[in-house]
Order: sequence, then structure tokens, then C-alpha cells
Amino acid sequence: MKLRKFVNWIIGAPSFVWLVVFYAIPMLLVFLIAFKPVDPFGGIGKGFTMKTWFDLGNPSYPSIIWRTLWQGVVSTAVCVALSVPISYQLSRMNSKLKNVFLLLIIVPFWTNFLIRIYAWKMFLHPDGAFKHLLVFIGLAQESTTLLYNQWAVLVVMIYTYLPFAVLPIYTAAEKFDFSLLDAAKDLGASSFYAFRRVFLPSISKGIGTAIMVVLIPALGAYLIPDLVGGPTSELIGDKIAQRVFVDRNLPHASALSALLMFVVFLPLVLTSWIKKIQQKKQKSE
Amino acid sequence: MKVIRHSRIPFIVTLLTLVFLYTPLVLVAIASFNASKYGGSWAGFSMKWYIKLFHEPDIWNALVKTLVIAVISTAISTVLGTLSALALHRSTSKLKAIYYALVHTPLVVPDILQGISLLLLFVTIFSVCSPLLAPLGIKMELGLTTIIIAHITFCMSYVTMVVLERLHEFDNSLIEAAQDLGASGLYTFFRVTLPLILPGIIAGALFAFMLSFDDFVITFFVKGAGDTTLPVYIQSAIRHGKNTAVLNALSVVFLILTFIIVFSGQKLLTMKTEEHK
Repeated sequence: MKLRKFVNWIIGAPSFVWLVVFYAIPMLLVFLIAFKPVDPFGGIGKGFTMKTWFDLGNPSYPSIIWRTLWQGVVSTAVCVALSVPISYQLSRMNSKLKNVFLLLIIVPFWTNFLIRIYAWKMFLHPDGAFKHLLVFIGLAQESTTLLYNQWAVLVVMIYTYLPFAVLPIYTAAEKFDFSLLDAAKDLGASSFYAFRRVFLPSISKGIGTAIMVVLIPALGAYLIPDLVGGPTSELIGDKIAQRVFVDRNLPHASALSALLMFVVFLPLVLTSWIKKIQQKKQKSE
Repeated sequence: MKVIRHSRIPFIVTLLTLVFLYTPLVLVAIASFNASKYGGSWAGFSMKWYIKLFHEPDIWNALVKTLVIAVISTAISTVLGTLSALALHRSTSKLKAIYYALVHTPLVVPDILQGISLLLLFVTIFSVCSPLLAPLGIKMELGLTTIIIAHITFCMSYVTMVVLERLHEFDNSLIEAAQDLGASGLYTFFRVTLPLILPGIIAGALFAFMLSFDDFVITFFVKGAGDTTLPVYIQSAIRHGKNTAVLNALSVVFLILTFIIVFSGQKLLTMKTEEHK
């Protein structure tokens, strides 16, 4: 048994050390460097300061944080709301048709992220077919710009994250025994009532995963607002990138990243806390 | 018997979503065959943007760089990820929970945070080490090495998770049986465990390759001035709105390749599960 333990240490050590050095320490550095001053060459100065944290009081930040939060929550809600009926539909199809539909949903998921954003930029282009159509049916004027605003950012976020939400919910729905729904209806439940009280609770785990895998990247989104958003639709991610690439103020970028980390981990901690309470409840029942 | 009617709403939502998913992509595909450089009007069918795409040296250079990075990071992250999956699977130690958190949390941290944290690490290391290395004529700067380190870091966790899942799936009694029959630890590993988890390792490696090949955000933070990978090239082309006609053609090539890979992957997976049954 001693040998087994020793072998295990040897196999586990390289990746453990790698993750500590290139993942855990860098994450801690984010907090540390936020307390450092900036030096005139765009590097990190000596000593410690609280100045960067006071700079976060910049009046433009609260609205950016608020926008990041509501865009994250809305895009997550829309993605989940669409994924539930899609997963229901997919898991009820016969296996041939199901594979075709599943493939159609997975392909955009694997298609390069930039290409998908690019397709939308072309789609919403002032000279694109969609704009011409909107003008033709009278929903838009020649002067309306579809791009570079927060609605464009929101739509593209939903577009790119939707497959992330479908997959976990579908995996949960596929394990569901659909005869339970028929049984509920035989006992007099309406379709919607059966759906809400029988189907939804049994896929709740998939919904939980879907919320996490959409909400977290949405809160950290940077490419989408950068490419299809404008100055009025910036998110925290844009600000971090600007501090790094435009004015090379790494401590400021660190402080913003620490803030983002806080925003991201808050829902994570909350969900695991809720889960624990639910488990306790189930146990006591 | 009561006839149970199914609601049409889920089907309609599914169809509309597919329309939503594919309309922009289909329009880009159509535009890629448009002889006109500008998307506004149709000037006849043409393949000239595809021909131009294949004669664009910048794209070829970027592709080679991206492939080099992806191959190296896939190889190293597959080995490291598989080892950590084996260690996690076998371990009974108290460290296991910490180890698991180290492997698991990178999967949910937004890529921008991974990018900036690694940049901060490299900047800190450089500022400490360069005064020491300068007399030796060694210069440390951001470049291919830092990109590869970053890619290994974010690919590794995916490989570990995929292999770990495979390890949980199969029957441990097979390994115990081999050992009961007198097989040594190494022999059991190479003749029993490895063949059983190989599909997981291959799937993990493919996953790692795709992630590395597609990554823009993390690369952008840790790259040096001249390191234009394909995603970096595409981002700058989108941003500056240059060469969009060629970009249309490139998008179609990406789409077709993705379709082929996903389709064959799905075929492979269904074949595997049918074999099991």
C-alpha cells in the first residue's frame, strides 16, 4: 500500500505543481498586484498603495458593473428558457432525427467563436440583407444602426452561449422517463401542469449546470462587446482589456479583475450553499 | 383510451432556434460566393475569394503558428491531464479535494481572468529574472513559449475531466482481476487500464486541440508583438473591417471543417456505444 501511495504522488505531482504555478499563484497575484503602484514604463512599481482601489470609484464604473450583471442574467435566462423546450423536443424524437438535430445544434458550438461573432457583425451590418428587410417592412429607418449598442451585444451573447445551455439540459432530459408525463396527464393534469411539476424538477440539475456555464463566461465577456458593442455598451471585460492594452496600467487591470472574480464567484458560492441546504432538507425528510 | 396530444410549442421553438442559429452563417456562406467585394449587392457567382484565401501568405503563416502551438500544447496537456486523472482516481489522500478544485475551477473561470492572471505572472517573473539573466545575454519576453504555457494550463483540466469520466465508467474489477492473476502494476497499466481509457484520452486530446486552435482571449494577453495566430489574425481583420470578402471564405472553410469533425466524432461515439451494447 505504501508503494501505491508513492506511485500516486509521482503521477500526480507534475500536473499538481503545474496548476499551482500557472493557475493558483497567478490568481492570487491578481489580488496582490492590485495593491501595487504603476511605474512610468507600464510595469509594476515598488511598494504598496491603496490608490488603485480608490480609482475604482470612477463614476463610470457602477453603470458598467450593473450592465455586466444584467446582460449576464438576461442572456442566461433567455438561453435556459430556449434550451428547456429544445431539450424536451430532442429527447422525444426518434434516434435518427435526434442525431440530425443534435448535430445541427453542436456544430455552431464547435465553430470558432470569432467566426460566429463575425457572422453576426455581417448580419447586422448597415448594408446587410437583414437591415434592408427591416427598412422594407418599416421596422427600421435607413439611419438606424443595428450594431454597436447593448442590444447587439445581448443578441450575440445569447447566440454564442445557447449551445452551452442546451447540452447539459438535454443530457438531463434524455434520462427522463416520459411515461411519467403521460401518467400525470392520465390522472388529469394539464399538459403544462405536468411539464412544470414533473418534467422541470427532474431536469433541475441540468438547468443548474446550464446557468453556470452561461452566466460565468457571460460575466467575463470581452470579445463580443469589443467587436459588436460600442462605447455605451462596455462591460467589465472591456475595461480590463483597455487597462492592459491601451494605457498599460496593470495594477488597475488587476483591481478590476479582482472585482470580476468576486462577481463570478459570488453565484458559485451561493449555488453550492443552496445545494447544501437542499441536501440537508432532503436528509431530514 | 384517452388520446394524449403533445404540445407543438417545443417543436416550434426548436425550429425557430435553428433558424436563429443558422441564418447568419448561411448569409456569410452566400456572401462568400459573391463576386462583389461589398456585401450590399449581388454581382454574380464567383470562387475568387477562395482562390485569394489560398494565396494569402499572412493567413498561411498564422495557420502554421497556430498549428505548432496547438500540437505542442495538446501533446503536453494530454500527458499531464491523463496523469492527474489517474492520480485523482486512485487517490485516497486528504489533498484530493484541493487537487480536484485545482483541476475543476479553471473550467469555470472566465478566459479573460486566466489571460490577465498569466500575464501578471509572466511580467512578475520577467521583472525578477531579467536583471539576473541580462549579463548572460538571455532576454525573457512574451512569445510562443508563454502562449504554449498558457494553452497547456487551460487544456489540461479538460483532458483530466474527460479521462476521469472514462475511469469512473469502467469496471474496477477488471484491474483487480488482472492483479489477482499476478500481473504487475506496470503490466496491468499498459495491458488493461490504458486500452480501456484510450478512447477517453483521444477524446480529451481532440478537445484540447480544438480549444487551443480556437483560443483568442488568453493568447491575446500572453502573446508577444509578432505572434499572429489565426484567431488573432481573424480578430484584427474583423475589428478593422479589412479583407471581409476573404474572411467570408475563411468562415465557410472553418464551418465545413467543424461539420466534418463533429459529424465523424458523433459517428465514432455512437459506434462505440453500440459495440458496448
